[in-house]
Amino acid sequence: MYKVRLWSVRRARFMEALYNASNPVILATLRGITKVFGTKLDRPITAAERGLKGFLFDCQMCGSCQLSKTGMSCPMNCPKTLRNGPCGGVRPDGNCEVKPDMKCVWVLAWDGSERMKNGDVIKDVEFSGDHRDKGKSTWLKLAREKRPEVSVKPMQNTNV
Amino acid sequence: MSEADVTDVQDVKRVGTNPGDPLPQLPGHVSHGRFEQVLRAGFFAVTTEIAPPDSADPDEVLTRASLFDGYVDAINATDGSGAHCHMSSLAVCAILTRVGYSPILQMSCRDRNRIAIQGDALGAAALGVCNALCLSGDGVQAGDHPEAKPVFDLDSVSLTRTLKILREESRFLSGRKLDYAPKLFIGSTINPFVPPVDRRIDQLAKKIDAGAEYIQSQYCFDMDVLRDFMARAVDMGLPEKAFILPGVGVLPSARTAKWMRENVPGVHIPDPIIKRLEGADKPLKEGRNICIELMQQIKELPGTSGVHVMAYRQEKWVGDVVKRSGVLDGRTPWSPDTADTTIGTVN
Repeated sequence: MYKVRLWSVRRARFMEALYNASNPVILATLRGITKVFGTKLDRPITAAERGLKGFLFDCQMCGSCQLSKTGMSCPMNCPKTLRNGPCGGVRPDGNCEVKPDMKCVWVLAWDGSERMKNGDVIKDVEFSGDHRDKGKSTWLKLAREKRPEVSVKPMQNTNV
Repeated sequence: MSEADVTDVQDVKRVGTNPGDPLPQLPGHVSHGRFEQVLRAGFFAVTTEIAPPDSADPDEVLTRASLFDGYVDAINATDGSGAHCHMSSLAVCAILTRVGYSPILQMSCRDRNRIAIQGDALGAAALGVCNALCLSGDGVQAGDHPEAKPVFDLDSVSLTRTLKILREESRFLSGRKLDYAPKLFIGSTINPFVPPVDRRIDQLAKKIDAGAEYIQSQYCFDMDVLRDFMARAVDMGLPEKAFILPGVGVLPSARTAKWMRENVPGVHIPDPIIKRLEGADKPLKEGRNICIELMQQIKELPGTSGVHVMAYRQEKWVGDVVKRSGVLDGRTPWSPDTADTTIGTVN
């Protein structure tokens, strides 16, 4: 829901605190669950993630969540699915070039990141997403990763 | 054939028997291109934009390019600008390199995924293209095929990084090795004039971080915003990492200016400019005067390395504004002496 999405970005600082507090708990729980049940509970867990993040952020389930790095504004709501900041077509009122009634998600992202403690991560270069992950759960992906902080990106081994 | 003859042949090959042969790559340069050489030599560069024809006739490309002869250092070939279909930017560039021009291949993320884009980068370099410009691309809703599927597999920053990986690491994104890397001078774009205005500088820093070596901006008609933007860029040391070429435009009338402001995504034209055009006896001439004044002010602005002149449907005036602005300081950019405009035929 668009209104809830705007509400969440305005409370990006609170959302960040909530994320920092809940994320380790969620991941630890999911690690336990996946160990015991394997992939049996993947569907309800994915549905839960979709329901919660969908309600709060209009999450599009890209499968590699960046919300904590983009001011709690989901970049996949950008019609161009840009993951590194706004395009050059943002309207004078800050609305989207493609959807004139929607605030540019990157205008919101910058707004949100300025409210956050660790908002500066928005300045880091991200690589475009892995399309195979679309529709999948980021929570489960992180829970199954051996080292959750290491992301698999094509630019991983580059010093450029 | 004697040994001396062999050497002669090699020498001729090195300097190029054909105008389109690559120039020697200078130390510290990333490409073989003349555009990079002009910038790294410290000259104030002038670039412009060619409108790719709605045609399969290569002569139309060369005729359009010849309008800029002796006034510009590089020519951008737009990639379906405004989401309208035209001749592809890669083809335009390939035609231009045949006669020795220094084209800039605009690569938009709207129409091609990472497989196609990397293939194009190799193909472009193989055809003698030395410069690429990474863009996100206008949305399909802005063009004449709004029913088309927007691709946007990569974004402009990821594309910039992709070209850098191809060149520096000589590999595809997948990791598969290249036999010969595409030596492309990598550019990207910035629009300091639209929201979030105060964060656009971070967007510039990000693009440079991703690998952009030169930056061309969207139309600048608001010097106050550009002055502030460039001051912040200088504070952050960005002009030392990338050459910045703000964009200027030639407006033919107040009506067109208003239309552009309303209908072309990302174009910001302040009211005083429109009032000036409205009040002018000869708006066409006034539009050029505005452009000239902006070019002169941009040249004086710390941190700028050149100017990018966009004169859609006003291409014949590019030479005039460049000449009268004096930004080239009497320098005459390369042009084909006798451009052979009959290299291709349409059967």
